[in-house]
Amino acid sequence: MEAAITQNLVEVEDVEFRYDLRPVLKGIHMRFPRGKVLAIMGLSGCGKTTTLRLIAGQLKPTRGSVRIAGRPVHTLDQSELYTLRRRMGMLFQFGALFTDMSVYDNVAFQLREHTALPEAIVRDLVLMKLNAVGLRGAHRLMPSELSGGMARRVALARAIALDPMLIMYDEPFAGLDPISLGVIGNLIRRLNDALGATSIVVTHDVQESLKIVDYVYFMSEGVVVAQGTPDEIRASGEDYVRQFVHGQMDGPVPFHFAGRSYPSDLRLERALG
Amino acid sequence: MDSVLLRALRHIGHRVIDGVWRLGYASRFFALVLLRSGPSFRRFPLTVREIYYAGVLSLIIILVSGLFVGMVLGLQGYDTLQRFGSEEAVGTLVALSLVRELGPVVAALLFASRAGSAMTAEIGLMKATEQITALDMMAIDPIARIVGPRFWAGVISMPLLAALFSAMGIFGGYLIAVVLLGVDAGAFWSQMQASVDLQEDVMNGVIKSIVFGVAVTAIALFEGYDAPPTAEGVSGATTRTVVTSSLAVLALDFVLTAFMFRGT
Repeated sequence: MEAAITQNLVEVEDVEFRYDLRPVLKGIHMRFPRGKVLAIMGLSGCGKTTTLRLIAGQLKPTRGSVRIAGRPVHTLDQSELYTLRRRMGMLFQFGALFTDMSVYDNVAFQLREHTALPEAIVRDLVLMKLNAVGLRGAHRLMPSELSGGMARRVALARAIALDPMLIMYDEPFAGLDPISLGVIGNLIRRLNDALGATSIVVTHDVQESLKIVDYVYFMSEGVVVAQGTPDEIRASGEDYVRQFVHGQMDGPVPFHFAGRSYPSDLRLERALG
Repeated sequence: MDSVLLRALRHIGHRVIDGVWRLGYASRFFALVLLRSGPSFRRFPLTVREIYYAGVLSLIIILVSGLFVGMVLGLQGYDTLQRFGSEEAVGTLVALSLVRELGPVVAALLFASRAGSAMTAEIGLMKATEQITALDMMAIDPIARIVGPRFWAGVISMPLLAALFSAMGIFGGYLIAVVLLGVDAGAFWSQMQASVDLQEDVMNGVIKSIVFGVAVTAIALFEGYDAPPTAEGVSGATTRTVVTSSLAVLALDFVLTAFMFRGT
């Protein structure tokens, strides 16, 4: 038995990460149980995308460990990491579709690269995945002919092409209209449940993500400042969480960027004597 | 005064360290491209597709330029040689100039600005739109899938383009010298046949064009892969590709010519 099967698919233990000398993550702990949809929320620059990249094995932690299905991701060599990544899917912020391929070829890409399936079966699988995101009829289109929401859905179909055990979403709601927002949110939940996968959603869209996730980690300045179920988050008394959830202008995250006092900048002190 | 001197020294030091670091990174990238070429060859249709984009689509600029360069050589050669009563040797002059020097060099410069810049921009944009990261996340090596086929396409295309450039140039020289200025066609071709040596002249030209193909394509791919993922980053990388590969072609041409020079 290579690794004991635990209830948690992903475990982030005391992870610290620095870009050069600048600390980005300062000893975070997170658990991502199997079959659940979890969100990592926080302001831009709080370290949530870095956390996702550490889980994906694109970065290595300065300290601590990241384990997926019991395997320490940061110690794997490229071949072992690629074997693990075949069971992971990732949706990028703007889809990252291959612009020189049609929608069909984008979804078929991994099936052709990683399996020896006959083209007839690849075709059936691609159409099934596209049907799941409601875009079977668009399989002949090129990425340049898709709207932002459609591109995100095609990218989602591509991410689930190999029925992954872990699906990661990097800002899946960014720049979408309200209808596309609802569609993507619904698809994240439905596809996760249908595939029996675990999903990690990195987002700062509070309202949409609280509708679909089972658990939330709130991050600020490289640490987890709050965590809980959506109901616990909505009812949280933490100032930071309350400001974030209700979109308040002022709070622990100040409206004004730090600087000299307003009267001194306007030279009022000297004018008033 | 001291602080100005220190700042200047620090600045120079930074530039040198950055340069050495970048050279090391580029060498590592080049080594990786060679090491992971196995999977690239297994996907040979990808290389064929890139030969189309890098080679076939460069044909117009190569052929037209070759024709004009050959015609200019014909005019200049005739003008000079007739002073010594040797205008029949114009065929030899045109052929040797093109095959040994101008064919590989000018074709490489044109290849750098047409295909090299396109490779850099394409890979830079793939990086900026996270397509490279997406490949890596799909457990597909971007070096083997994206860079390898383009590298070998460049290396294969370059000598063929240089040969076509030279052939077209010789045809241009023929048009000027024989058709326009009345040099005897038999003398034009026979002197060329007698003077141009397959091993010493043609093969040396082919070796040059292969070396230029490696240099230009490697620089173009590295600049694209290393480009900051922004509009300015891709634009700067594209400019660097043209400037660096042009200088590299000229410098390598001198080195190769020095090695090939017999002095007899």
